[in-house]
Amino acid sequence: MENLNLFVKSIFIDNMIFAYFLGMCSYLAVSKNVKTAFGLGLAVTFMLVVTLPLNYLLDTYVLQEGALKWLHPSLASVDLSFLGLIMFIAVIASATQLVEMAVEKFAPALYNSLGIFLPLIAVNCAILGGALFMQQRDLGSTLTAGVYGLGSGIGWLLAIVGLAAIREKIAYSNVPPALKGIGITFIITGLMGIAFMSFLGIKL
Amino acid sequence: MALFSKRNKEAFFNPLSKDNPVLVQILGICSTLAVTAKLEPAIVMGISVICVLALSNVIISLIRKTIPTTIRIIVQLVVVAALVIIVQQVLVAYSYDVSKQLSVFIGLIITNCILMGRLEAFALNNGPWASFLDGIGNGLGYTIILVIVAFFRELLGSGTLLGFQVIPQWCYDHGYMNNGLMILPPMALITVACIIWVHRSRNKDLQESSN
Repeated sequence: MENLNLFVKSIFIDNMIFAYFLGMCSYLAVSKNVKTAFGLGLAVTFMLVVTLPLNYLLDTYVLQEGALKWLHPSLASVDLSFLGLIMFIAVIASATQLVEMAVEKFAPALYNSLGIFLPLIAVNCAILGGALFMQQRDLGSTLTAGVYGLGSGIGWLLAIVGLAAIREKIAYSNVPPALKGIGITFIITGLMGIAFMSFLGIKL
Repeated sequence: MALFSKRNKEAFFNPLSKDNPVLVQILGICSTLAVTAKLEPAIVMGISVICVLALSNVIISLIRKTIPTTIRIIVQLVVVAALVIIVQQVLVAYSYDVSKQLSVFIGLIITNCILMGRLEAFALNNGPWASFLDGIGNGLGYTIILVIVAFFRELLGSGTLLGFQVIPQWCYDHGYMNNGLMILPPMALITVACIIWVHRSRNKDLQESSN
């Protein structure tokens, strides 16, 4: 039950885009048409689901204060948490590389549609942000971390597909010249964010 | 090469307006939006980004000839992550409150697109001094936008600047109210959109032809 709550919450209430603005760069750059936006959204969701549990294990068994106790009792006072950032980004970068190779080998069709986006995901703030939020909120178990990753990823996917759909339609409208392109996209995202804030009242 | 040749001057001054990282290159949006509800964290964030950007530009530019191109992204990430950890530890030690307010966003400097963008586009092809100037210039361009957005959001949203009350009490007595909407995340996007609007109305060559 708790996991279900977290899942719904991370999709709608703590939406990565509208509540924290994570992964904004690729969100704005790759939202010109629905198909590529959907592909990127899937790739981000997938990476969140893969890397969050990995980072959770790393955090609990290596980085936190006293986490190395399982190795030897004399290591109980070691606190490596200051290394968190560099470890997380290393896990994310190498996982991206591995996933890229695996997808290329086993699902060439998916690889061709995602191709260019996969390597870029290593520097998508949503993935590292997910890891940092997970650390900050003390999620209870590996499963919870995975659920949180899945929820955040789906939230991100919804946001980018929604924006891409609106941008496809707005191509036919008459926008003031100085706002064309990126300006109007910012305003649309702002309005979508205000709409998403109506979920804030839901208590889970 | 002269210290301030024409090219180096361009590397430094272009990012301030004509080639601004936020308004024109559309890099580093995440943090621009998330830390600008108040002026103080925005300034701290700007200074941190300037330091990390200038130093990482210099380091990558010094070792650019020895990095194999296939693993350059990982090398860049490691250099940046090490610098960000130093900044984070300094902030926790000397201004704990601000580092609490910035929460995860200091860590997210690592994935700030400005860093990767400038490292890829500039530091890999230029000498250390030019890269240093480019880093400072882009960092300043980013900070300027951060400060403008935070100025309006804090002034209109809480009536304060840097925590001091700016809008006098008699305004409130006559029915003026703080606009709570400005504090909320979506208004950051709309404020940036307004800045882009003004900026592109003045620089017509930056306007895009399609939506």
